[in-house]
Amino acid sequence: MEILTPFFTLGAYLSLTLGLIVITFYLERKLAAFVQDRLGPMEVGWYGILQPVADLLKLLQKEDIVPTQADRKLFLLAPLIIFPFILAGLAVLPLTPTFQASGTSIGVFFLLAIVSIDVLGLLMAGWASNSKFPLYGAMRAVAQIVSYEVPLGLSVLCVVMISQTLDLRLIGLQQGLYTPEANYLVGIKALGVEVTHIGGILSWNIVRMPFLFITFIIFYIASLAECNRAPFDIPEGESEIIGGFHTEYSGFRFALFFLAEYAMMVLVCLLGVILFLGAWNTPLPNIGNVKLADWTTGQLGTWYGNTMAIFWLASKTILLLALQVIIRWTYPRLRVDQLMHLCWKVLTPILLFILLLCGVWRLWMV
Amino acid sequence: MREKGANSNYWGSLLEGIQTTIGGLKLTLKHLWEARKQKPAHYVNQEDYFDFNKGIVTLQYPFETLPIPDNGRYRLYNEIDDCIVCDKCAKICPVNCIDIEAIKATEEIGKTSDGTPKRLYAAKFDIDMAKCCYCGLCTTVCPTECLTMTKVYDYSEEQVEDMNYHFSDLSPEEALEKMNLLELFLKEKEEAKKKAATEKKAATTSPTTKKKLVFKPKVKKSEEQVENKEQQTTEETANKVAKAKPKFRPKVKTKSTEEEKKATDVSSEEPSSKAKPKFRPKIKTKQPKEIEAQKEEEKEQPEKATKPKFRPKIKTKTPKKDDDKQPPENL
Ligand code: SF4
Ligand code: SF4
Repeated sequence: MEILTPFFTLGAYLSLTLGLIVITFYLERKLAAFVQDRLGPMEVGWYGILQPVADLLKLLQKEDIVPTQADRKLFLLAPLIIFPFILAGLAVLPLTPTFQASGTSIGVFFLLAIVSIDVLGLLMAGWASNSKFPLYGAMRAVAQIVSYEVPLGLSVLCVVMISQTLDLRLIGLQQGLYTPEANYLVGIKALGVEVTHIGGILSWNIVRMPFLFITFIIFYIASLAECNRAPFDIPEGESEIIGGFHTEYSGFRFALFFLAEYAMMVLVCLLGVILFLGAWNTPLPNIGNVKLADWTTGQLGTWYGNTMAIFWLASKTILLLALQVIIRWTYPRLRVDQLMHLCWKVLTPILLFILLLCGVWRLWMV
Repeated sequence: MREKGANSNYWGSLLEGIQTTIGGLKLTLKHLWEARKQKPAHYVNQEDYFDFNKGIVTLQYPFETLPIPDNGRYRLYNEIDDCIVCDKCAKICPVNCIDIEAIKATEEIGKTSDGTPKRLYAAKFDIDMAKCCYCGLCTTVCPTECLTMTKVYDYSEEQVEDMNYHFSDLSPEEALEKMNLLELFLKEKEEAKKKAATEKKAATTSPTTKKKLVFKPKVKKSEEQVENKEQQTTEETANKVAKAKPKFRPKVKTKSTEEEKKATDVSSEEPSSKAKPKFRPKIKTKQPKEIEAQKEEEKEQPEKATKPKFRPKIKTKTPKKDDDKQPPENL
């Protein structure tokens, strides 16, 4: 059993990630269609539910072309680098209060570090293609991702300051009924309203420290930029540089880029949920004798508890993913200068201010 | 903050940015919410057509289709049983997409559903829908209303030849048989005429008999007309269709009489081919050559010998087509 545990864990993480990726695939098409008053895919399965499978099968059937002028080794390696690192980042995310692939106490730090390697893959792809558009795309990607690491890191730092830990599991636990320390309404002890046993949305980080809601929005914007999603998709702006860093890729390797992009989306959304939206905890509070929170949480480590945890985590993540998709079909792409303006002149100063506020808040919390 | 870009300072543009961002998201969310509704496949003349201006507009085409107007112009259909092979449609067609080969029948074949007698077989009645420009002229000119526009508009094919629709109900063998019959009939006429001519030489009173021969059919036709009229009147009283029919009936009548005249001409031509030298020479000048050619071919390929019998009609057409085609080639 002990030997099999890693495989079981890997299987669970992979299936959850791939499941969420496939759901995002489908959401992407369907929501795009609905926003544009269309129906979207309707042919493959009931309401086109098997469309993601069809898409992937189509991509896998295509020829794997390597341009003759490309740096063959790097070109072949680049897509293979991105996906494993994103998966490695997922490893530190706790799926339930008791189930975590890697229980490292510096999870947040590790996550931010390992996800940055993603950039390396993009740069490799762009450089190895030996073509102007991929190179432009890669440069833009690097500039954008490196810039947005700053607001992303700062927003995570806000949460870390409030939670006083780098352990993602502990950050999650703090936002629920099984918190190790007492929770007070909006985090201020002086108000004297203890919400530890009420739980629900009241113990989420965005309520524990209301300014974290702004942080959450900034985190979300930065995460959009991190995974090259519209409106921050200048690294692959189709109208300008064709496909960006993956212009020269085809077939299976293109599918890997595709998968990696969606895996990245899933990763940042999961991270956002864990950091800000109460992780796996239920949004329903206990009201008097109606123990909604207790009922929808279950006991730690039981089957019911784990199932509910996965359910809440996944549904919150899907909500954020859907929002990402809707945002993609709402906003036009930012110019490079607007992108940098937003990052350095808007998001970063606001976050620095909130960071200060978080320090003060933390003093009031204990 | 009312005016766009009014405050192009840091805080002003920040605020405006937030407002427009929220506004944009509201718009997409509104459309997402309205996607619960679906616009039905209504035709524009339906009263509530303009009430469905929200929600999904997609029509899942092969499964759902928009209604088609009654007088729309789509694929042509020829009810060959009602076709009298008058060639009018082929003549009026601006793009020459109707191809008709007629074989004279030795006698009246039958009647169309509106009572017009049929005297010609359609060995070939092809409409090339790939060429058709849907002008509808052929349907308006058709005397028996047998050529109509249907409601079928989705009939794309993988091969362009498949767009050529064959409406003739005669198989090639049957057509061959009819040709042979006509041939025989004509020969008999010819012999009869020769006999008559010899008799004429013998007895100089022949012209009167000839005239009788010529005119008799006409008398018969007029009798038929009367019959037709009687039939029509009975039909008009009896049928529900009678409401619509009177409107175009007169046309049919005038045409049918014209045609009957033609038919009588034809029938009069048949017995007295020598009597009308003005028309014949054209045909005859070709025929002898062809017959010679036929004979040569017959020697070589006795089976195919019958095919050239079609040719007179093809050739009378093809020169026209060639004439039509030649100018652009010269240009
Ligand atoms: S609709 Fe016009 S183009 Fe088409 S077959 Fe009739 S006459 Fe010719
Ligand atoms: S006009 Fe009508 S009746 Fe005459 S050949 Fe054409 S389809 Fe037949």
